[in-house]
Amino acid sequence: MDLQTLTYIVVGLTFALYIGIAFWARAGSTRDFYVAGGGIHPIQNGMATAADWMSAASFISMAGLIAFMGYGGSVFLMGWTGGYVLLAMLLAPYLRKYGKFTVPEFIGDRFYSRTARVVAVVCLIICSVTYVIGQMKGVGVAFSRFLEVDYDTGLYVGMTIVFFYAVLGGMKGITYTQIAQYCVLILAYTIPAIFISLQLTGNPVPQVGLGSTMVGTDVFLLDRLDQVVMDLGFNQYTTDVRLSGLNMFAYTMSLMIGTAGLPHVIIRFFTVPRVKDARSSAGWALVFIAILYTTAPAVAGMARLNLIETLEPEPGQYLAIDERPQWFKNWEKTGLLGFEDKNGDGRIQYSADPKVNEMTRVDLDIMVLANPEIAKLPNWVIALVAAGGLAAALSTAAGLLLAIASAISHDLLKGMIAPNITEKTELMASRIAMAFAIAGAGYLGLNPPGFAAGTVALAFGLAASSIFPALMMGIFSKGITREGAIAGMIAGISVTLFYVFQHKGIMFIPGTAFLGDTPANWFMGIEPNAFGVVGAIVNFAVAFGVSKVTAQPPVEVQELVEHIRIPAGATTAHEH
Amino acid sequence: MSQMTEQQAKEYWRRNVSLMVKLLVVWFIVSFGCGIMLVDVLNQVQIGGYKLGFWFAQQGSIYVFVGLTFYYAKKMAALDREFNVEEE
Repeated sequence: MDLQTLTYIVVGLTFALYIGIAFWARAGSTRDFYVAGGGIHPIQNGMATAADWMSAASFISMAGLIAFMGYGGSVFLMGWTGGYVLLAMLLAPYLRKYGKFTVPEFIGDRFYSRTARVVAVVCLIICSVTYVIGQMKGVGVAFSRFLEVDYDTGLYVGMTIVFFYAVLGGMKGITYTQIAQYCVLILAYTIPAIFISLQLTGNPVPQVGLGSTMVGTDVFLLDRLDQVVMDLGFNQYTTDVRLSGLNMFAYTMSLMIGTAGLPHVIIRFFTVPRVKDARSSAGWALVFIAILYTTAPAVAGMARLNLIETLEPEPGQYLAIDERPQWFKNWEKTGLLGFEDKNGDGRIQYSADPKVNEMTRVDLDIMVLANPEIAKLPNWVIALVAAGGLAAALSTAAGLLLAIASAISHDLLKGMIAPNITEKTELMASRIAMAFAIAGAGYLGLNPPGFAAGTVALAFGLAASSIFPALMMGIFSKGITREGAIAGMIAGISVTLFYVFQHKGIMFIPGTAFLGDTPANWFMGIEPNAFGVVGAIVNFAVAFGVSKVTAQPPVEVQELVEHIRIPAGATTAHEH
Repeated sequence: MSQMTEQQAKEYWRRNVSLMVKLLVVWFIVSFGCGIMLVDVLNQVQIGGYKLGFWFAQQGSIYVFVGLTFYYAKKMAALDREFNVEEE
């Protein structure tokens, strides 16, 4: 069977599964819609959280980033997993005890202020919308590459599928679909990795293979990799620091606290029955995430080595243009790979020196997407990778859309504009909000604003500098006042935005940056994407300072803080 | 809410925070310590094909993170029982 047909069958089967789940897991109440009825088993929730969290960026792009950054790529590995330790200890159990439906709702109650709730809604929507654009693009791109339909059609198909299970089932439908999507994506990620590890090192476990010797030699794979990249003029793979130690420190910390502060991840912990389950569920989520995140560096190193050995089969002997393999030609068509025979010798020189280098285009995403073909794996593996990429993008998009829809229907509509609507009306409103959120995300996927590429990193910076500190202070300090929290959130987010805009342009519009985006202009050499941690520090400092000079929080609020710190008496998520 | 005296509630919270601080010290050491600040020193040591600092940054820290969250969940479940604040 040809690859095209096979891919259609595999992707079609997974989509049929998601729609089947949508009909089976319809939401009957707002509790079903916002928190899946609050009865999800911690292991199931862990699996759903893993799919919710691992986006097209984790599945498709991360290994490619690491492949070209080497050791410097560790910031993503540690940053995007270490945040779960913070979530498990600092936020999830207490927010679960609080037992309501949304993150802004907690901020509004704890800081006894509608203004605080609105500020939180605004932060949430900015973070989630910027993030969802990336997912919609991922869906469109995956379709256009694997199924050879155009980008727009791919996006419409993706939107229809999400519409089915997110509008019908809300959090309940999303949870069960995410569990299925996790299974698809993890198989799609690990199977090619196992094959490649076997081919290169004879060891089927990629995590071990990366530290093993190459088949038939006593040379370690990483030593070989260090050698070949250095021969081409690149920095040594295993020690290539990202700018500076301080920058790596700030980048990792920003990603960690950004992860812990992302609302679509936090609300997943509202779906388990007890505080105890919220704690263990974070552990399970991390296990399921770690399976992919510890495989990714192996995929990265091995794919980089495979690519170089394809281009330079013998030292100094580069690939002849007419001998290039079929996968190379396939990916040239997509524009992700490209070469230019500058010296006209009929061979493709690969080098770190841009003057000599003839591999003029190597898209980072190619490392995961073309991996099965480079390793000559069977067609069903390639079809599975397509389904896995789609599962990763769709599951994250659905989680983000739910966070957006519930902030609109629950925080803005029910919480402010029309507090007296019945549950039935609110459920209808949340479905309409979801439908609009999907349409809006689809629109932004079709007409991506120029700044789309820069905004995913911005989502972490914003969550790190606004939501995480507000939640943490709300739980760990009884003395933070309404004024302190609001001033802190606004100061934190402003500092982060200001720093990003001054180097990247106002709203990322080219030419409006008033300080060039080069290390010399960066504050202590910290790149804009790594600045969330500085925003967070500003947030903490401002909140404490302002709280010192404003009137103490009311007694009920101090009692609320005492109440969420102790598990017993945790009621299930309730209607106020 | 179960019947806990103010004293007990304070003690429960103090023990929770103290456990958390200890575990976060480990969290910091394996990632920011071994993976970033001490990476060059640890890279002198080699385990199989992995330089040790590189291994912490791309593998080891993640395994420790998993261990920490489960350990915290287990210890806190025991603390809940001790103070009789378990949920049914």
